[in-house]
Amino acid sequence: MPQVLLIEDHQTVRDGLQLALTRQGHSVVAVATGEQGLERLQTAASDVVVLDLMLPGMDGFEVCRRIRQQGDLPIIMLTARNDDMDVVAGLEAGADDYVVKPVQARVLEARIRAVLRRTGGDSRRPGPERPGLHQHGALTIDRAALVVSKDGAPVSLAPTELRLLLELSHTPGQVLSRQQLLEAVWEHGYLGDSRLVDACVQRLRAKIEDEPSAPVYIQTVRGFGYRFGPL
Amino acid sequence: MTPWHWAWAMALGLRVRLLLAFALLGVTTTAVVASGSYFQARTVILQQAQDAAVASLTDELSKVYPIVSLPPNQEELDMLAQRLSDREGDAVVRYGDLWAQSVVNESDVLTPELRQEVAGGRIAWQRVDRHGKHLLLIGTQLRFDRSDGTSVPSGVEVYSVRSLDSEQQSIDRLAMLAWVTGGLSLILAVLLALLAARGVLRPVRELGRAARRLGEGDLSTRLTVRGVDELADVARTFNDTAGTLERQVGELRRMEADARRFVADVSHELRTPLAAMTAVTDVLDEEADRLPGDAGQAARLVSQETQNLTQLVNDLIEVSRFDSGTARLALDDVDVAAAVNATLRLRRWADRVETDLPSGVIARLDPRRLDVIVANLVGNAFRHGHEPVSVRLRAEPDWITIEVADHGPGLDPEVLPHVFDRFYKADTARTRSEGSGLGLAIAWENARLHRHAGQPGSLVAGNTPDCGAVFTLRLPRVASETVDAGGVR
Repeated sequence: MPQVLLIEDHQTVRDGLQLALTRQGHSVVAVATGEQGLERLQTAASDVVVLDLMLPGMDGFEVCRRIRQQGDLPIIMLTARNDDMDVVAGLEAGADDYVVKPVQARVLEARIRAVLRRTGGDSRRPGPERPGLHQHGALTIDRAALVVSKDGAPVSLAPTELRLLLELSHTPGQVLSRQQLLEAVWEHGYLGDSRLVDACVQRLRAKIEDEPSAPVYIQTVRGFGYRFGPL
Repeated sequence: MTPWHWAWAMALGLRVRLLLAFALLGVTTTAVVASGSYFQARTVILQQAQDAAVASLTDELSKVYPIVSLPPNQEELDMLAQRLSDREGDAVVRYGDLWAQSVVNESDVLTPELRQEVAGGRIAWQRVDRHGKHLLLIGTQLRFDRSDGTSVPSGVEVYSVRSLDSEQQSIDRLAMLAWVTGGLSLILAVLLALLAARGVLRPVRELGRAARRLGEGDLSTRLTVRGVDELADVARTFNDTAGTLERQVGELRRMEADARRFVADVSHELRTPLAAMTAVTDVLDEEADRLPGDAGQAARLVSQETQNLTQLVNDLIEVSRFDSGTARLALDDVDVAAAVNATLRLRRWADRVETDLPSGVIARLDPRRLDVIVANLVGNAFRHGHEPVSVRLRAEPDWITIEVADHGPGLDPEVLPHVFDRFYKADTARTRSEGSGLGLAIAWENARLHRHAGQPGSLVAGNTPDCGAVFTLRLPRVASETVDAGGVR
C-alpha cells in the first residue's frame, strides 16, 4: 500500500483529500505544516509527498528543496490556478509534477500512480528500457539497475529525472517533442504543461552536464524539442 | 465675411494672416509718411529755387534799369542778354521781333502761355522739361521811366532760363530715401510679424500637442503657464481641465480595479471550500448509487453542482488574471492539426466533427490555451447550433486560421456584437449548467494574448452564407510573450 504524506494547511481540504485518497487504497498521513511534514519524513518512510505550496511558516518551496536535498522522494505540488510563477518556482525547487486546486481526487490519484511508476521499485510499467549497461561519453546508464554514473561516480537522480533521461537516451540522436515526453514520462494526456519538461531538463542538466549552459547530453532543438546527443 | 472668405482666411493659417496684416500696416504707414514728406520737401525745394531765381533776376534788372530809349536796337538787346546771364542761368531778351540770347537757340523753350503772362506786365515763371533737362523759366518786362516819374512797361521782355537739375537731384534722392525707408519698414514689419507669430503660435502649437497627448490617453499632460495674457489663461484652463479629467479617470479606474480585485478575492476565498468539496465529489459519485432514493439523488446533485461551481470559480480567476495582466503564455512548438485532434479526442467529439486539418502546420503557441479556445468553440457549436459541426485549419505565412462552423440558425445580428461579453446570454431561458457564461470571453482573451509583431491574435464571430454560426480564430505562427493582458470587455 503506497504511503502518501499530505502536507496541507486547510483542514477541510486536508480531510477531504485524505478521505478520498484513503478510499483509493493509499495509506495517507496528513499534516498541517511543512515542519511537521519534514519531521514525519525523518521518522517514517513515505512513497510520495503531496505538498501544498501556500503554507504558514516554512513555505512549500522550501519544504520541496529540503526534501530534495535528502533524497529522491517524488513530490506532487498543489498550486493555485492563478499562480503561474508558483508552478515554475515549484518545479525549479524539484517537484516532479503539479495539480491545480480545486482538484478531483481521481485526478490527483492518477498523478500519484504515474509518479510512483517512475520510481525504480515499480517494475510494472513497460518502458523502453533495453536492460544492460550503456555508455554515453562519460555517462554510464545501467538500464536494469536504474543507476546512472558519470566518470564512475553515481549521479543521484529524482525518479522523474531518471525516467526522462532513460526516455531520451533510449533513442540517441532522435528528437522528441515536449508533448511526446509529457505523454511518455509524466503520463499526461495530450496538452500537458510543457514547463514540466523544461524544468526537469534544467535539473537533469545541472546534474549530468559539465557545463549546463552548453549542454552536450541533452540538447535543445529549437522549434522541435529535445534530443540525447549526438555526442 | 462670407463663408468662402472665412474658409480662405482659415486656409491661410494664422502665421500667414499675421504676416499679411503686419506687412500691410508697415507699408501703409511708411507710404503715407514718406510720400507726405517727399511732396512737402519737393515743394519747399522748388519754391526756394524759384524765389532765389526771381530775386536774382530782379536784382540784375535793377542794375540795367532804367532803359534809356525806346525802341532798343539789336546791340542793346545783346548787351542786356549778356549782362543778365550768369553761371546759373542764361538769359533771353526780346523786343517785338528782335531778340537776343546769351547762349544759342534757347528761344524755343519759351512757351506761349509764359509769353502771354509776361506780355501782360506781370512777373511769371514756369517749370518745363526740355531734352531731358528740368528748367525754370522766369519772365518779366523791363519798365520804362517816363519823364514825369511814372514808369510803364517798355515791351522789352526779359527771360531767365535756369537749370533745376541740382534741385531735381535732391528731389530724386528724397524719393530714393522714401523707397528705401519703405522697403526697410516692410522688412522690419515682416520680421516683427514673424516674431509676433512665433510668440503667439508657439503656445498655440504647444496647446495643440498637449491636447493631442491628452486625447491619446496621457492624462498627466500639463502646459507651462507663461505670463498673464490670454494664452496663459488658455493654458491654465487646459491644465485645470486635464487635472480634473485625470482625477476623475483615476477615480473611475480605482473603482474599477477595486471591483475587479473584489471578484478576484471572492474567487480565491471560494476556492478553499471548493477544494475540500471537490476532493470528495468522487466519493459522493461512487456512493450515490448505493444510497437510497432521495439521498442518492441529492449526492449526485451536490457533486454535479460542485463541479459547475468549481468551473465558474476557475473561469472567474482566469478572467481576473486577464484583467490584472498576469496571464502568461507557456509557448511550445505545436503541430496544430494534432493539437486540435487531441482536443476533440479528449472530449469524445472526434466522431461528431467534420475536420479539415492539413497536417504539418507547426505553430509556436500556448497549447493549453489553444485547447481552451477550440474546446469552447466546438462545445458552443454543439450546444447552440446543429450538426454537422466543422473545424477547418488554414495556414498563412505568419498566421494560422481555425474556423469552427455549425449548421444551426446562426447568430442573431443583435447578438453578434455581444457574443464575447462576459455572462452574456442570448437566450435568457438558458440554464446555467450549460457553462459559466465566461467561456467565449475567455476564448477571446486567450486569442488576444498571442501576439506577433505587436498584433494580437483574434477571435471573430459571424454567420456562414448557408446559415449557421462561424467563429474564426486567428493566431500567429510564432507568438511572443506579451505583458499586455489585451483589451477588457
